[in-house]
Amino acid sequence: METIQVKQTGHLASLQPVLVGCVGSGDLEVMIEPTDGPQADINIKTSVAGSEVRWQQVINMINESSPLPAMRMDIHDFGATPGVIRLRIEQALELAQVSEVPA
Amino acid sequence: MNLSTSKGFIDLTARKRISAVLDKNTMRELLSPFDRVTSPWLEKQGIVPQFDDGVVVARGTLSGKKAVIAAIEGGFQGGSLGEVGGAKIAGLLELALEENKNGNPTVAVLLLETGGVRLQEANLGLGAIAEIQSAIIELREYQPVIGVITGPVGCFGGMSITAGLCSYLIATREGRLGLNGPQVIEQEAGVEEYDSRDRGLIWGLTGGTQRYATGLVDAFIDDDSDSVYDVIRDCLASGVPARHRSDDIEPTLNKLLKVDTQEQITAEIAQQVLTKGNQ
Repeated sequence: METIQVKQTGHLASLQPVLVGCVGSGDLEVMIEPTDGPQADINIKTSVAGSEVRWQQVINMINESSPLPAMRMDIHDFGATPGVIRLRIEQALELAQVSEVPA
Repeated sequence: MNLSTSKGFIDLTARKRISAVLDKNTMRELLSPFDRVTSPWLEKQGIVPQFDDGVVVARGTLSGKKAVIAAIEGGFQGGSLGEVGGAKIAGLLELALEENKNGNPTVAVLLLETGGVRLQEANLGLGAIAEIQSAIIELREYQPVIGVITGPVGCFGGMSITAGLCSYLIATREGRLGLNGPQVIEQEAGVEEYDSRDRGLIWGLTGGTQRYATGLVDAFIDDDSDSVYDVIRDCLASGVPARHRSDDIEPTLNKLLKVDTQEQITAEIAQQVLTKGNQ
């Protein structure tokens, strides 16, 4: 298991805590919680050795299409492919930024 | 256009299974993943943990009756029970017991999807399962404790004994119930006797169809959320059974003692042994 930390500036946004996914084979869980600071603070625990560059690239891709908010994000990864990783992170971000639950 | 009204239960996550079973909008999760109580042992062994340790516990109501409910996430470490996940279920059942003793009738539902003890936390997992079993035996005198095995993992190891202690047990065709998992038996008995890749043999012997036919489960249902929802309420309406299955050890034991272990067991022979005895 490897621990990877990514820190970068995030924009201010109103977030609600969310959790998506499961630490099952080829999947991951992504938890987002609001933070007081200006940082997007991403903590990753992954079963895949030597994957730090890949994680940084996936996060950069997401950040380019939609800039990350200031938040605490925790990821538990069990060998997900970059495609699944991106989908899960985007799913979590979308749910976290829903300000009101539609009736 | 609505092509199908059937909503599968097997594909739901543990958390969604609970909300599908409880009365609408009554689910209140206890010790949620945001409390971050993860396994203290997995990381030390290089294994990625999960925020809820693979177990979701909640309170809510079933047809207006107070209920506690636990669901095991089969996708995380095979639904294995370690220190944290096991303690969550044991604590939940003890909470229900306390409520009943205080005059607040509270039923319990266990959505079982588990390989049993988590080997990386062996003794602590075993200890937790013992606590779960003690709690069920005490609790089932007050209110029904209902076990549900829908698959895909099934229910094995120490948790299969836990399932056997429930007041009522519900299974689907996909659900399996057995003390040892197929691969363990294959390793011990040899592939000639028990081929863990022979799905027909495995499901024939331990699948929901067989378990229902031999009286080891009380209700057999389709993989459908509404069926699970309804059948749990049917079991509740039946109340505390006059006699629990686990009270009747002798008759089953006598049947098992007559099994000829020289013969290759088949689903038909197993069913005959458990229903009529082997003549």
